[in-house]
Amino acid sequence: MFDLPILSLLIWLPILGGIAVLLCRENLYAARWLALLFSLVTMLLSFGLYTGFDTSTAQMQFVERLPWVETFNIEYFLGVDGFSMPLMILTTISTLLVVIASWQVIKDRIAQYLAAFLIMEGLMLGVFAALDAILFYLFFEAMLIPLFLVIGIWGGPNRVYATLKFFLYTFFGSVFLLIALLYLQFKAGSFSILDYHAVGLSLTQQIWLFLAFLIAFSVKIPMWPVHTWLPDAHVEAPTGGSVILAAITLKIGGYGLLRFALPITPDASMTLDWLVISLSLIAIVYIGFVALAQSDLKKLIAYSSIAHMGFVTLGLFIIFRIFANASLLPGAGNGEVLAVEGAMVQMISHGFIAAAMFLSVGVLYDRMHTREISAYGGVANSMPKFAAFAVFFAMANAGLPGTSGFVGEFMVILAAFQANFWFAFLAATTLIVGAAYTLWMVKRVFFGEIANDDVAKLKDINGREFLLLGSLAVIVLFIGVWPEPLLNVMHASVEQLLVQVSQSKL
Amino acid sequence: MPFQVPNMSFALPEMWLLLMACVVLLVVAYTGGKRIDWVAGLSQFSLLVTAVLVYLNLDQAGLTFSGTYVKDPLSDVLKLAITLINMLVLLYCGRYLQDRDLRSGEFYVLALFSTLGMLVMVSGHNMLTLYLGLELMSLCLYAMVAMHRDSAIATEAAMKYFILGALASGMLLYGMSMIYGVTGSLDISEIAAAVSSPDANLTVLSFAVVFIVIGIGFKFGAVPFHMWLPDVYHGAPTAMTLFLATAPKIAAFALLIRMLIDGLGSLHAQWQDMVILLAVLSMIVGNLLAIAQTNLKRMLAYSTISHVGFLLLGILSGTEAGYAAALFYTLIYALMTVGGFGMILLMSGQGFEAEEIADYKGLAKHQPWYALMMLLLMFSMAGIPPLAGFYAKLTVIKAVVDVNLLAVALVAVIMSVIGAYYYLRMIKVMYFDSPGTDFELAPSAPVRVLFSANCLMVLALGLFPGALLSICATVFV
Repeated sequence: MFDLPILSLLIWLPILGGIAVLLCRENLYAARWLALLFSLVTMLLSFGLYTGFDTSTAQMQFVERLPWVETFNIEYFLGVDGFSMPLMILTTISTLLVVIASWQVIKDRIAQYLAAFLIMEGLMLGVFAALDAILFYLFFEAMLIPLFLVIGIWGGPNRVYATLKFFLYTFFGSVFLLIALLYLQFKAGSFSILDYHAVGLSLTQQIWLFLAFLIAFSVKIPMWPVHTWLPDAHVEAPTGGSVILAAITLKIGGYGLLRFALPITPDASMTLDWLVISLSLIAIVYIGFVALAQSDLKKLIAYSSIAHMGFVTLGLFIIFRIFANASLLPGAGNGEVLAVEGAMVQMISHGFIAAAMFLSVGVLYDRMHTREISAYGGVANSMPKFAAFAVFFAMANAGLPGTSGFVGEFMVILAAFQANFWFAFLAATTLIVGAAYTLWMVKRVFFGEIANDDVAKLKDINGREFLLLGSLAVIVLFIGVWPEPLLNVMHASVEQLLVQVSQSKL
Repeated sequence: MPFQVPNMSFALPEMWLLLMACVVLLVVAYTGGKRIDWVAGLSQFSLLVTAVLVYLNLDQAGLTFSGTYVKDPLSDVLKLAITLINMLVLLYCGRYLQDRDLRSGEFYVLALFSTLGMLVMVSGHNMLTLYLGLELMSLCLYAMVAMHRDSAIATEAAMKYFILGALASGMLLYGMSMIYGVTGSLDISEIAAAVSSPDANLTVLSFAVVFIVIGIGFKFGAVPFHMWLPDVYHGAPTAMTLFLATAPKIAAFALLIRMLIDGLGSLHAQWQDMVILLAVLSMIVGNLLAIAQTNLKRMLAYSTISHVGFLLLGILSGTEAGYAAALFYTLIYALMTVGGFGMILLMSGQGFEAEEIADYKGLAKHQPWYALMMLLLMFSMAGIPPLAGFYAKLTVIKAVVDVNLLAVALVAVIMSVIGAYYYLRMIKVMYFDSPGTDFELAPSAPVRVLFSANCLMVLALGLFPGALLSICATVFV
């Protein structure tokens, strides 16, 4: 049954769907239902990846390999492993939610809006599935085009500044990636990422390549101090744009480090792990405090995203310290597995939670047209159902046990103890800071007296919004209570990554 | 040397074009400019048949006319590109010229003769043939820029173009004469043999190389010999800008390959540093100054300068893959530029020149299709995948990385980020700003179809660059 080129279908179906939606032009009805149909089919198809996935191997699966540009030996080479498959499912679910979320909200040029998201979905799936470096770069860059337009056309008042900043920042990062990929091709003789993993490199070469990867992906993640585009882009983007930005594009940065930096330049990663670890800790602690000071709902969530992504990078780069300590304390456990899997779970979980948070802000913004926290107060009185969801997601964001937010953070902190007590200590403070800014926001927006007449007149969420938030709540709870199905698929790939990382290329 | 009948078939396209240019001239003279549509049709027909003649003779290669004329895969590819691009150019120009009373028969005659010059240049295998082609092309271009007699700015542009063009030709000739002095020959293969021999006089040759690089730099508009380019592009009527920004660059590429690589290839060490300097300066100056422009024509002019810088990256690598990359870049550049200036022509109505960037405000609301086409062109020029411009940049940067000139590659990519800003600004104006003026766009059906095909080609070549890349690669094997 899986003779179907399922990865190609997943990439091209939404893109073709996007073009079809674009052709609907002014026909709102057709555009919406067509977009829904395509995103739904894509999502169902992506579940086929999960059911057909062989969890016992770290080999690439569902591989498709065709020659593409023969002069340079560039191939159309697709495949997934335990890292990319969950992220692809995250992508298809988020896109479906975005399509539903924009059902009535977007009034202007809706066909183009939905088409942009569908095309973007295909390109993002391509990023995760590509195993040829140029193919990867192509999807990685092409993805910027629809997002640039979405923020620029449907964004807030300062959208032009925000979208240009977003585009130029990420473009600047990724050109270094291009040089690194070309240089690796020069060394490895092929553009296949799997061949890159095997190529031998001296320490100096590795350090330069690692820095190129770090620039490219740290902008995407984003890490302190190249994070400043994210709050701007989030604040100005329409709800759908924010959801995709937070749920998926940030994950591409983390995925890039997993796919490129760690396996290709293991020795440089080890030499420079202090750099990434300190940047991650700064992101976790300092950006947590920055979030505390925000008066804009979306900005608050944007900063909290940066802090949460800090856990991902921390998890990925403490493994070297754990290796070093393991030789001193034999039998200390498998902290390195915990760290990498924690980072992966954190990525998936943050994808869902951030999507839910931005959708919640979208619900409020559609009714009140403001994101200022001070304009709200006592929303729970007029929107009880919504308040229940929002408080749940806020708790998940703060890492409440039982939600998916807890699992990833806890795994990383636990692993960090095996690396260095102070790493773990600093990372754990975020649980307090995170709880502080989230709960304080909840208190100011939802609880207390009804602040003004506008809040009193708010209507509670309708069936469509209930469906959106409800399904996300189920997912967040599910991963929080039973992460095993998610962890299962990545075990083999994590083991293989750790083998690659622990073998010096020198 | 015994008398040999030259193989005329190698020059068949040129002979046909010469014949037809004369026929068109006669038609113009006898109809007195009343049957301009016939003239236009006849010109298109001549170019089409020229392209067909080139196409039918693809499998032959060799020298003719006592070694002064060459037909090889490179000349075939370039000739096809030149004729097809010029057909598009003549098509786009029609209505614009009509609206301004410039659509005279002379325009078509000059265009045909200029094309002939380009074809001769492409096939030149002797310094004199190359020079002859260059001058035939350039003299027609000077006249074309000056055709709008009543416009002060166009006259100024023509003057600048003429004087600096003559200066460049002078430099080139001076370099050629020095090479003749050292090698005793004007024939490209004999020069190549003479300069690679160990007892060649490197001092004089280095001087000759300097003058030749300067001359070529002038023709391309590489920094620091770029001063004329923005003024001429801006001052000339847009139709003429379109003509002189596209096909002549392809011809200049042929000049560069024939002289610098076929002729002086063994002096690579002597000219590489100069070309690196030209390339790096062009990328930096072109991209930085383009940011400051408010006039679309000037912006595209500076963007041309930066593209020239990128193109030279392929040349300076000194490898066959690099030359192929530069060829690919040239062809893609011509395709994108034809679309870019073509857009200005489409947008310019009667008595209205759509040459300010602000004229495009809110285009996406009124003309979503044309805005989308322009969007493709702009992203392609910025080098964003999946558009052809990305592969153009990729191949030249790869050529530079492969010879380990990583610093140059780094400058190139950083400059392409800076360059992205002004292309994005154009998209911002079209998509994010609210409309100012109403757009009345009524291009004729063929223009509409071919313009769309032109822009979609940029997308198609970005998705499937393989065929064109392999053609470019086989040319230089």
